[in-house]
Amino acid sequence: MNTAQSRQFVLDAIRGALDIKSDDTVRKATVQKRLKAHPSNLVPEHAKSSGDANLELFIEKLEGQSASVSRAVSTSDIPEIVAAYLRENNLPAEFRTGSDELFERIPWETAPTLTRHQGRGQGSDAVTMSRARTAAAETGTLFLTSGAENPTTLNFLPDTHIMVISRKDILGSYEDAWNALRQVYGPRTLPRAVNLVSGPSRTADIEQIIVMGAHGPRRLHVIIVG
Amino acid sequence: MKPQSHAFKANVAQALTNEPLKKALGGIKHGFVANRAKARTNLPEFEELRDEAKAVKEHTLAHLDLYLEEYEAKVSEAGGHVHWAPSAQNARDIILNICREADAKTVTKGKTMIGEEIAINEHLAKADITPVETDLGEYLVQIRDEPPSHIIAPAIHLTKAQVESDFRQLHTDLPIDRVLDEPGQLVAEARKVLRERFLAADVGITGANLLIAETGTSVIVTNEGNGDLTQCLPRVHIVIASIEKTVPTLEDANTILRVLARSATGQECSTYTTYTTGPKRPGDPDGPEEYHVVLLDNGRTEMLGSEFHDMLRCIRCGACMNHCPVYGAVGGHAYGWVYPGPMGAVLTPSLIGIDEAGHLPNASTFCGRCEAVCPMRIPLPKMMRQYREREYEKGNTPPLYKLGMKLWAFAAKRHRLYQALTGLAIPLMARLGKRSGRFRTFPLAGGWTRHRDLPAPQGKTFQQLWREKEAKS
Repeated sequence: MNTAQSRQFVLDAIRGALDIKSDDTVRKATVQKRLKAHPSNLVPEHAKSSGDANLELFIEKLEGQSASVSRAVSTSDIPEIVAAYLRENNLPAEFRTGSDELFERIPWETAPTLTRHQGRGQGSDAVTMSRARTAAAETGTLFLTSGAENPTTLNFLPDTHIMVISRKDILGSYEDAWNALRQVYGPRTLPRAVNLVSGPSRTADIEQIIVMGAHGPRRLHVIIVG
Repeated sequence: MKPQSHAFKANVAQALTNEPLKKALGGIKHGFVANRAKARTNLPEFEELRDEAKAVKEHTLAHLDLYLEEYEAKVSEAGGHVHWAPSAQNARDIILNICREADAKTVTKGKTMIGEEIAINEHLAKADITPVETDLGEYLVQIRDEPPSHIIAPAIHLTKAQVESDFRQLHTDLPIDRVLDEPGQLVAEARKVLRERFLAADVGITGANLLIAETGTSVIVTNEGNGDLTQCLPRVHIVIASIEKTVPTLEDANTILRVLARSATGQECSTYTTYTTGPKRPGDPDGPEEYHVVLLDNGRTEMLGSEFHDMLRCIRCGACMNHCPVYGAVGGHAYGWVYPGPMGAVLTPSLIGIDEAGHLPNASTFCGRCEAVCPMRIPLPKMMRQYREREYEKGNTPPLYKLGMKLWAFAAKRHRLYQALTGLAIPLMARLGKRSGRFRTFPLAGGWTRHRDLPAPQGKTFQQLWREKEAKS
């Protein structure tokens, strides 16, 4: 069976099983309508919070999944927060970021001990930093998008991952977060990878005992700005 | 793997005397089962979400041809390739071809049950391509040359001591006197060993929990991050997924995800949920240069619209096996193929035939817990019963069993006779078993009493008790 035949075989088998007549304009219209309108299904009540309650929920959920959180009033606080975090955890004062404009705006010179490298993740990275595009407080989940601004490999290769997110980007539900990304990327379009991250890497594959840092970062620290 | 489901009875006999297995399976109740119950309580909308998740899948299955075409078009638009595989052999050939064209020496793998179903590892190895499992549980069973024994916790049958012994035997370049007493030390060693494999791999193969037609996106959920390193480091990424993984929109994916992790591990969500759409874009510093999706049928279209149609809603959370008394006693290997527990008891005969897997639908007490916890409300006991009926019609039932059923049916259809017989037998059994309240042996019930005692009746039949209750009121 060649490629086209295989495709036809599966599609014919489905149509045969569903007993579809040749004229299925109604089905086609139903499908097109759903894809275009992408109607929301039930959204849990707790995901509809807003303001301070939403922020509190986000922090509570993240900390419940073993991430740590700090607050920055503005981007100019970030260098000192990062330097203090690395010091307290006995980590090297070096990290890698992508080219996100946020990292260009941060006055790194205010914490002269810090060294920032740029580029995609390396197997030897101890610490990396990424900016999350949006977040859903519903489960304490950050949404990261691929690209030169925040390369995907920075999310998974280091021992310690630091994420920065603007307070205004923290939304309630997954529905809210996807709609925010639709605003950026347009309808029916996504970047190559969208990573939803809700804590550091873990496994329970040995006797159901949870161990942090299976393959991805052992620590996740989230800095909320604003 | 070659199915061993026909040997179910022998497999069970072996499993029941396996002490490390008993110890390992004992943890399920306090882990998965307790955590799922907590997750369900913490989300008031959980039952309603189950109904919605079921509705999403039913809508998708009724329009599956159209959503698959939409999905394919969006993948192509993003620069990816979709390959259709009617059979397991087709899928193996497609994957091997892609690996050969990429001149692959090693292939890293994220966890994929479809990969087990089509036995891709054996196929690649025969062609001198080394498959490396990267999910910790999958790695633990791969190095023992065993299949996974659970669909989300592949190494649940192993104890820490067994893992330590395997690591010492295999990782011989590490110091002999290293300490491997704690799971943390074992995980750290696996991390170190596998990190090198991730960086060296030419191709990465992952499964998919969902395929989204709206955007042409494949979704995986993991807690370890291994699936992500598998798909963002090598030059080529291959997704293998069965056709029923499709959902229409991102919103529909949300609904499934809200019940998936809660039903599986009891987490509100997995640590990583990753949405991948096509290969690396212009300007991207990382990601694969090629992105392939292999869509597998392998018997699914035959289930569509049949009496086993509901099984196509399954999202592979594993809740049914976590709550199954039979799985809890014998573990996953006894089932003899890829899918164990109640979902396996229905899916395995559907995919590889009743002649090979006819015993599996009998591996149920019909207690109904599997259906009660299934997030997609799949009527598993009903479908197992349908397979039992088929098996009976085919004449695969042992003669003694048939005779017993005939005798019982003869009496049951004549209610006066039935009541007379039970009215005699039950008080007699109650008197005989009064002292200990149970029988250690019983005529014609040796199969039962060999492994456990038969409880003695209290003295009256249900019908007698019912009549007394009626008379009182």
